[in-house]
Amino acid sequence: MMEKMIFGRYIPADSIAHRLDPRAKLLFVFIFIGIIFLANNGWAYGAAAAFTVLSIWLSGVTIRFLIKGLKPVMIIIAITFVLQIFFAREGDIIVDLGFVTIYEEGVRQAIFISTRFLLLVFMTSLLTLTTTPISITDGLESLLNPLKKIKFPAHELALMMSIALRFIPTLMDETDKVMKAQMARGSDMSSGPLKDRLKAVVPLMIPLFVNAFKRAEDLAIAMEVRGYRGGEGRTKYRLLKWHGRDTLALLSLVGLTVLLVLLRG
Amino acid sequence: MKKPIISLDSITFRYPNSVHDVLKQVSFSIHEGEWVAIVGHNGSGKSTLAKLINGLYFPENGEIHIAGIKLDNSTVWDTRKHIGMVFQNPDNQFVGTTVQDDVAFGLENHGVPYEDMVKRVIGALKQVKMDDFLNQEPHHLSGGQKQRVAIASVLALRPDIIILDEATSMLDPHGREEIISLVRQLKEVQGLTVLSITHDLEEAAKADRIIVMNDGEVFQTGTPDEIFKLGDELVKLGLDLPFPIKMANTFKEQGVPLQGQYLTEEELVIELWTSHFKK
Repeated sequence: MMEKMIFGRYIPADSIAHRLDPRAKLLFVFIFIGIIFLANNGWAYGAAAAFTVLSIWLSGVTIRFLIKGLKPVMIIIAITFVLQIFFAREGDIIVDLGFVTIYEEGVRQAIFISTRFLLLVFMTSLLTLTTTPISITDGLESLLNPLKKIKFPAHELALMMSIALRFIPTLMDETDKVMKAQMARGSDMSSGPLKDRLKAVVPLMIPLFVNAFKRAEDLAIAMEVRGYRGGEGRTKYRLLKWHGRDTLALLSLVGLTVLLVLLRG
Repeated sequence: MKKPIISLDSITFRYPNSVHDVLKQVSFSIHEGEWVAIVGHNGSGKSTLAKLINGLYFPENGEIHIAGIKLDNSTVWDTRKHIGMVFQNPDNQFVGTTVQDDVAFGLENHGVPYEDMVKRVIGALKQVKMDDFLNQEPHHLSGGQKQRVAIASVLALRPDIIILDEATSMLDPHGREEIISLVRQLKEVQGLTVLSITHDLEEAAKADRIIVMNDGEVFQTGTPDEIFKLGDELVKLGLDLPFPIKMANTFKEQGVPLQGQYLTEEELVIELWTSHFKK
């Protein structure tokens, strides 16, 4: 189950999308989320869909892989689709079964909304599939940097994110260890009524929390000893380089925007 | 006599919210290029000493000088530049998401320019033979490998002093051996001063000098030879004697005439197989 889920996962490869600057990709996705709402007819949605397919192609990820990996999201989209069909009450009636009536506008809206949703999920997945979490963090820090003027802690936020990312596998290992230790002592976490199972989680969470705090304290000391005094006066080891292709990627969005504005009815 | 690089002068310390002094009138100095081991049972104050030397806490009474600088609130960041520390838990001192990021972390903090930083990261990782693991993530490394990265992170900052705060206690015997011989080799090449805080007397036996701590006081200072002559007194302090010394003591009890101290198994074995000819 977890192996098939691709939400938030990074797939190492060397496509054009992988090589783009994380800042460009972040901006790209944010802008895309904004302009997709410009589309309001079949032609415009068609253009947006074509643009998405092109992006997917450039990332080296196959559409089949995306659809397979996003199955849980697909189910949600399907439910939205059905709800839209039944609840919109505009336009001509297409089907009238007495207890349900389906309107033309309902079908139209359902198709548009699920297409929009689908395109958004595809694009955001592309971002995480082609960018390592640490690059996303670097990109975010760099994009949020101007906000430092209004005292926004951009550096601290990025450092927190990168430390959290670094400790996920460590804490996963620890969860596994504590779980096995509790199971060896007769704790049963996988059967019985829900109430008992929840109770069995408590002796798992407490050692985890205690250890996490202990780790945090050790880490803080280790950081201080290595001269960490906040973001002031720090240099960066991971340099972000803006290339022509990054500008080009953002320009393509300008093109899409113009196209969507022209096509919308 | 070389000049002292770390000197402590009648240090007294107690933790906030505690009525009990962890350190009582502790004085000693460590000279440039020396390898000193501080041993003692849990709670003897040996780890607190390391924290005071690095300015993580300040003593209640007494003075600490690091490389000629008096340690206080205003100089703590300067004295820290002279000292690199490696801690006990390999996981809890790995800050970066990959090996090279972790080594770079300290350099970033010190505002080292990018080009210089790249060279120093690679250089430090080569010294600990971890340069093949540049982009490896910490959870794919063994404990010994992580400690080697920790040492590289320290080396990249080019300190004069390395403090090993129980740095080998969570490693297997092989990893332990590896780390100690690595630090020994680096010390010889770069003229570092090493302060190793440990409860492993086998590790301490390899030092130039041992300081035995007990209940917040310096119990005894001397070369490994001198210290291990104390024998039972060390056992009473809750310390475990190195295996060759225990072995030799048992031989003596059994009436085998052995003279001298044997800090390594090799010395003991040589003595045993040659003792017959000496008669």
